Amino acid sequence: MPERPGLRGAHVELKEISKSYGGARALEAVSLQIGRGSIHALVGENGAGKSTLGKIICGDITPDHGQLLVNGKPVHFHSPRAAIASGVVRIAQELSIVPTLTVAQNVFLGSEPRRAGFESRRELRRRYAELAAKAGFHLDGDANAGSLRTADQQKAEILRALGRDAELIVMDEPTAALSRPDVGTLHEIIRRLARSGTTIVLVSHFLREVLELADEVTILRDGHLIRSTPAHGQTEESVLNAMLGRTLGATFPVRQHVAADAPVLLSVAGLTAPGASDVSLEVRAGEIVGLAGLVGAGRTELARAVCQAVRSSAGTVTIAGGAIQPRLARLRRAGPHAALRAGVAMIPESRKEQGLLLRRSVTENVSLASLGMVSRRGLISRGAERQAVRQMLAKLEVRAHSQAAPAGTLSGGNQQKLLFARVLLASPRVLIADEPTRGVDVGAKRAIYELLTSLAADGMGVLLISSDVEEVLGLAHRVLVMRAGRIVAGLRGDEISEAAILGAAFGSAGKGTP
Amino acid sequence: MTQPDPVGAAGAPVSGTPASGTPAHRFGPPSAGAIAARLRRSGIVLPFGVLFVVLSVASGSFFTKVNLLDIVDQQASTLIIAAAGTLVLVAGGLDLSVGAIYALAGVTSAQLALSVSPLLAIAAGVAVGLVLGLVNGVIATFFRINSLIATLAMSFVVSGLASLVTSGNLIIDYSHPAFADLARWQFLTVNMSSWVMLLAVVALGIVLSRTTAGRYMYAAGSNAEAARLAGVRVQLVKLLTFVLSGGAAALGGVIDASRVLSAQASNGQTTLTFTVLAGIVVGGTSILGGEGAIWRTVFGVLFIALIGNGSDLLGLNPLYDQIALGVILLLAVGADAWSRLRGAGGG
Repeated sequence: MPERPGLRGAHVELKEISKSYGGARALEAVSLQIGRGSIHALVGENGAGKSTLGKIICGDITPDHGQLLVNGKPVHFHSPRAAIASGVVRIAQELSIVPTLTVAQNVFLGSEPRRAGFESRRELRRRYAELAAKAGFHLDGDANAGSLRTADQQKAEILRALGRDAELIVMDEPTAALSRPDVGTLHEIIRRLARSGTTIVLVSHFLREVLELADEVTILRDGHLIRSTPAHGQTEESVLNAMLGRTLGATFPVRQHVAADAPVLLSVAGLTAPGASDVSLEVRAGEIVGLAGLVGAGRTELARAVCQAVRSSAGTVTIAGGAIQPRLARLRRAGPHAALRAGVAMIPESRKEQGLLLRRSVTENVSLASLGMVSRRGLISRGAERQAVRQMLAKLEVRAHSQAAPAGTLSGGNQQKLLFARVLLASPRVLIADEPTRGVDVGAKRAIYELLTSLAADGMGVLLISSDVEEVLGLAHRVLVMRAGRIVAGLRGDEISEAAILGAAFGSAGKGTP
Repeated sequence: MTQPDPVGAAGAPVSGTPASGTPAHRFGPPSAGAIAARLRRSGIVLPFGVLFVVLSVASGSFFTKVNLLDIVDQQASTLIIAAAGTLVLVAGGLDLSVGAIYALAGVTSAQLALSVSPLLAIAAGVAVGLVLGLVNGVIATFFRINSLIATLAMSFVVSGLASLVTSGNLIIDYSHPAFADLARWQFLTVNMSSWVMLLAVVALGIVLSRTTAGRYMYAAGSNAEAARLAGVRVQLVKLLTFVLSGGAAALGGVIDASRVLSAQASNGQTTLTFTVLAGIVVGGTSILGGEGAIWRTVFGVLFIALIGNGSDLLGLNPLYDQIALGVILLLAVGADAWSRLRGAGGG
């Protein structure tokens, strides 16, 4: 049944492709062949490099080293546009439909049939009908694209790709947002495309889907290619095993033992908010609780709900003594300021979008959450402010050429430390750190690990969200795994293993799976 | 009256490298972006100084106490409104209703001065502005309507109200000279209107540069989501800037009504709104929020005033003023855009 792509020759060939972001290696000398007309799956954990690889194939990002060959010819895609010209198109997880245009207009966006500069509607309809028939889709071309269901928007995207004479389509998590019947339909479409000669590169978290669809599976781990083999004969377990087993030699600081009678600092009961449903958890003093799961499993959403950054529809969040009541919050609009006052601080996932004031000074960035401490009747004492910030910067060993320098001039690791400095200055009892080591170099990573460990040792409760399983293994006293908005596993002691975490996160065999 | 910009205040060395006790000054030559940023930050001072010297030399009547005090006095209301407008811009908003509020507050107090005590008339005028500012703020923050559109819409409503108050007539207070004290009473040979302006501008300058509220304004305008997650009540902070802007616009309107002892609904309006905005932007406050300072706005407004005053004194065609103003405005906005594009931390 599965095609043997080798017989049809390589469509795309990657040779020794490497890519780094800052100090972090995303891909390391990856070589790979993708056969024409095959369905080729890229799998791996979060951060293994599969999305990066997909983006390199379609020109979204340029590799630092290595060569990319399409149809045997070396190419240098500096933009998606260049890739499209070579017949390579990517369909991203976040669809790029223009909601106010019709389906047909979306499909031919940028290549509209024109007559004397005006759009020719008749020609547009004719070409759309032709294309839809070729693909075997039943999708009204005159419908408003914004009013379509996600699954149909995805079809429109596929049509757009075909309309551009795509020979290779990179699909990034195409079924992540689809309901079950829609998934079946999409799978059928993907198979049909492949039969008609289109090459499909499938980036997916769902191992079952990968094994059902793909002709070949490429497994990545920490930016390295583990293996690239025919899907036939592989099982979910064999793929999962290949994804495990890290080689990174990062050393983690020694964890302090958490006393059995340590007081509960953060207690979440039945919390339901957009992206998280009916979540209950506890964090004790001195404890680092790891929150693991795949991207999109609802970890960030949960963190935001706990910090009152989004409103929750049910459940309670209690901080050692004081309670933040989401139901009350809805009336009184308790926001992050209330959470902060109650003693929960968060380091958000994206330091540039949600964390820093990039053009404001280091001092202003650090003191923002605790201006009350250095001011009297609303008047800021600049001396006291600088002093307090200086001490915190020294403690965290932040490197900046001056306290007056804009935060944006600092390196990624130092920017992240600024956020730590900000929340620590506010001396919270509970710290929620969402991907605190994303995009920082190895040295800063190590410093952040030590910081988290010492904060816990000093009695703070820490909820650590990380997509880096090794990090969770090395730091957390206890691990909660989320999938589809719920906590599906709680692991402690010897139960904590990479296999158990990934098993629960991927929803295949694993401990605690419902 | 110049408040040093918080960023501009030279920071003590960061003790990130505890070993070195030497003050860490700027390293390396400043980048083009950094120069652009610094030019924008204090850039208005240089052209202002040049223009001031040129006018002093070219016209004998420019550098005289009478003329200079006259300029300040004439700009009193504009300076007050622009100072408050700076707060709005820094916090990431825009208030296009100041001209209309200026008119409504002017006619309200002028009308009331006909019947009640001048003090009450003045207070009522300012109160009108504060209330309208609150309405602006609520619409722009809690209803999440873009402040440009919200205040533009409000400016039509408020203009209409001003016409309703006057029934289209000019209100004349000549028979109630006590109402003129707000503007004309003199202290140390300087008009009351200038003193009120000085007080208001310094107060607003302190709010922006020295208080937690001011710091939150910068934060809200720099990155509203980051500020919110850091515990800043962004909406309340923005609301405050609109209330202050409304109050300042009203105070300006009342002062000018008091100065000429008359008011009509067509006073101020869009011309004033855009003069104020031009002054703020020429001063170097970013229209994109998160950056700016009151002292720069003062220089910006006075710079524009000097152009007008100079061309009067030198007998130039006033049409050139407008062309010059337009070009200067473009240069100011261009410098801002350029520094954001290439500037430090623009990532």
